[in-house]
Amino acid sequence: MLRTSLSIAAIASLAFAGTAFARDQIRIVGSSTVYPFATTVAEQFGKATNFKTPVVEATGSGGGLKLFCTGVGVETPDITNASRRIKMSEVKKCQKNGVTGVTEVKVGYDGIVMANSKASKKLDLTRKQIYLALGKTVPGPDGKLIANPNKKWSDVDPSLPNRKIEVLGPPPTSGTRDAFAELALEGGCKKFPFIKAMKKKDKKRYKAICRSVREDGAYIEAGENDVLIIRKLEANPNAFGVFGYSFLDQNADKVQGSLIEGKPPTFENISDGKYPVSRALYLYVKNAHVGVVPGIKEYLAEFTSDKAWGDEGYLTDKGLIPMPSAERRKFKADAANLQNLKM
Amino acid sequence: MTDSRSHSETIKASLKRRNAAERRFRFYGMLAISFAVACLGILFFTILSKGISAFQQTYIQIDIHFDSEQIDPKKLADANYQGLVKKSLRGLFPEVKSRRDKKDLYKLVSSGASYELLDMVRKDPSLIGKNVSVWVTADDDVDMFAKGFIRRELPENERRISNKELSWIDKLQSEQRVKKIFNTTFFSAGDSREPELSGVWGAAVGSFFTLLVTLILAFPLGVAGAIYLEEFAPKNRLTDMIEVNINNLAAVPSIVFGLLGLAIFLNFLGMPRSAPLVGGVVLALMTLPTIIIAARAALKSVPQSIREAAVGLGASRNQVVFHHVLPLAMPGVLTGTIIGMARALGETAPLLMIGMVAFIVDIPGGITDPATALPVQIYLWADSPERAFVERTSAAVIVLVGFLMTMNVLAAVLRKKFERQW
Repeated sequence: MLRTSLSIAAIASLAFAGTAFARDQIRIVGSSTVYPFATTVAEQFGKATNFKTPVVEATGSGGGLKLFCTGVGVETPDITNASRRIKMSEVKKCQKNGVTGVTEVKVGYDGIVMANSKASKKLDLTRKQIYLALGKTVPGPDGKLIANPNKKWSDVDPSLPNRKIEVLGPPPTSGTRDAFAELALEGGCKKFPFIKAMKKKDKKRYKAICRSVREDGAYIEAGENDVLIIRKLEANPNAFGVFGYSFLDQNADKVQGSLIEGKPPTFENISDGKYPVSRALYLYVKNAHVGVVPGIKEYLAEFTSDKAWGDEGYLTDKGLIPMPSAERRKFKADAANLQNLKM
Repeated sequence: MTDSRSHSETIKASLKRRNAAERRFRFYGMLAISFAVACLGILFFTILSKGISAFQQTYIQIDIHFDSEQIDPKKLADANYQGLVKKSLRGLFPEVKSRRDKKDLYKLVSSGASYELLDMVRKDPSLIGKNVSVWVTADDDVDMFAKGFIRRELPENERRISNKELSWIDKLQSEQRVKKIFNTTFFSAGDSREPELSGVWGAAVGSFFTLLVTLILAFPLGVAGAIYLEEFAPKNRLTDMIEVNINNLAAVPSIVFGLLGLAIFLNFLGMPRSAPLVGGVVLALMTLPTIIIAARAALKSVPQSIREAAVGLGASRNQVVFHHVLPLAMPGVLTGTIIGMARALGETAPLLMIGMVAFIVDIPGGITDPATALPVQIYLWADSPERAFVERTSAAVIVLVGFLMTMNVLAAVLRKKFERQW
C-alpha cells in the first residue's frame, strides 16, 4: 500500500510539472485600496454572466504592477489595480518583457483621511501642519532643515492640543502611504518657499525632504489592515490613523475624519476635488490577453457601466467616489476600444 | 547511636523547609496553569461572544408575484427578479415616492435576493403566475441593526441606518416580517463582497483539497524516510548530517517554504497560481520534518526485543519492519501526522506567496482550481471595511478552531486507544 501511494504521488507530481495550464478565468492583482471595488464588480460579473468569477488578489499597487509586467501568457495576471498611476519605469519594464499593449482605465477617486476616535476633539489641520508633525526633516526655528523635533501637536502649532503626536498608518509598500506622502506631506512641504525653490535645482533632495515620513516612533506603521487601525484608535483616543475614505464611511460611528484645510472628508468634497488629500484609482489591462482569457471585455463593460461606477452605482455604496460623467464617458470608451496607454 | 539521632534530627530540622519548598513549587505550577487556562478562556470567550451572532442571519418576508408575463419558463435566468423584489417593496411601502428614497428602500434586502428568487423558480416552476410570501436575505446593515450592533440612540449621521430606514424596519418588525434564523448561507457559500452572502464553504473545500495533497505527499514520504533512517540506514556522518538538517527544517519559518514554492513550483515548473495543488505541495514540505521526527520517535519506542524475536524466527529485515515494528509504531506515527496536518491547516504565510490569499467566489472543484483556505479567509475578512465582517471573522475562527480541536482530539483518542506499554 505504501509502495503504491508513493508511486502515485511521484507520477502525479511528474505529470503536473512543466505543463502549461490553460485558464478560463480572469486573474486580477494589485492595490488593496481598489480590492473592495474590484471584488464587488467581479462578484456581480460572475453572477450575471456565464463566465467564471474572476480571482482577485490584493498584492499592493507596486506588487501588482510587478507581476503584471513579468510578461504575456496565461501564468501572468490579466488586470492589475493601482491606487496611483503607473510609473514610467514600470511602463519600460512592461515593454522590455513584451507587454506592449496596456489599457489604462481610471475608475474613480478615493480620499485619504486622518481620523481619530470620537471620544476626542475633531481637529482642523492644514497640510503644512501635517508635514511639520510627520515629515522626517523639517525647517527648524532658525529656518535650517533639521530632524523633526516636534513631540506634541502643540509644538507644531500652539492652536493644536497639547498631546503627543501619535499617528498610525500604512507601511511603505502601500499605495495609500505613497499617496499620503505625496498629497499631504509634499503639499504642506511646498508651502515653504525655500524648499519649493529646491524642486527645480535638486529634485532628488526635494523629494527626500518632502516625501519622507519620520521614523522616530511618532508615525507608527500599523500594517495594511485598516480595520486594525480603527480598533486601535478606539482604544487610544490620543492617536490618529491614516486610511482610505471607505473605512471612514463604514465606521462613522467610531471615528471622525479631521478637517484638512477647513474641508471635512465627505463624499461631496472628495468628488468635487475640494478635499485636498484625494487621489485617482486605476486599473490596467493587458491587451494581449483579451480574446485569450474569456470575459475580459465583458468584465470591463461591467466595471464601466453606470450601474457600477455611476453616481448611484453599487460601487459608491462601497465607498468609491465616482468621476464626473465626462471623464466616465472617456474612460468607458478607452476600455471598450482597448486604447493603448499614453504617458 | 548519637550519630543516627543527629541524622534524623537533621532530616527533621530541614523537613519543614523542604515541605514548604514543595508547596511553593506546586503553587507556582498551579499559577502557571491557571494563567494559561485564563488566557485561553478569555480568547474563547471573546471569539465566541463576537462570532456567535454570525450563525444567525436576518431575513425579511416580502410578497412576490411571480409574473408569468415576465418569467419565460424556458429562459428562467433572463427574467428581471430584481424588478420583482423592488415591486414588492414598493407594494409594502406605497408612501415612498422620491427616487432617492426608493433607492434606500431597495437596499433593505440583500442584492442576492434576486438570485434566491431565481433558485426558487428553478426548483419549482409551478410558482410562475402565483403570489407567494417569501423570506429573502436582509442587507448587512439591516442585519447588524437587528442584532443590536447599530444603536438607534446615536445621531442619524453616525449610524449606517437613516431615520427613514429605521421607520421602515420598525414597520416590518411590527408586521412580523423580520426574523432571525440559522444562517445556512454561512456554511454553503463561498466568499462574497456582501457580508450577508458570504460563507466559509469555499474556504473549507479549499483547505480540504490542500490538506489532501499534503497528506498524499507527506505521509508516505515522511514514514518511508523515518523507517529508512531508523531501521536501515547505517549510522555515519552522512546520516547524522541528514538528521541535523531534518531537525533544522522543522524549525524553519513557514514563509520560507512559501518563497520556495513561488520560486520552484510557480516560476520554474509553471504550476497554476492560487491552486490547492501547489499549496498542498508547499505545506507537505513544511509538514514532512514534523512527520519524520514523530515517526522516528514512534519507531524508536518499539522495544528491540520485538525485532530480535522476529529475526530469531527467520524473518527478513523487511518483514521485521513491515510485519512487526511499523504496526506497533503506527499509533505514534498517526498522532504525529495528525498534529502536523493540524499545523498545516492553520497556516497562512506560505499560501500568501503562491497566490492563495485571493478573493475567490466559486467553490473549487479540484486541486487545480483557484482556492483559498480557512485561515486565509479569516485574514481576508478581518481586513474588510464592512462592519458585518467582524462577526463573520470570529465565526470563521470558531469553525477553524472546531476543526483543529477535532483533529487534536482524534490524535489523543488514537494514542489512548492503541498505545502499548512495554
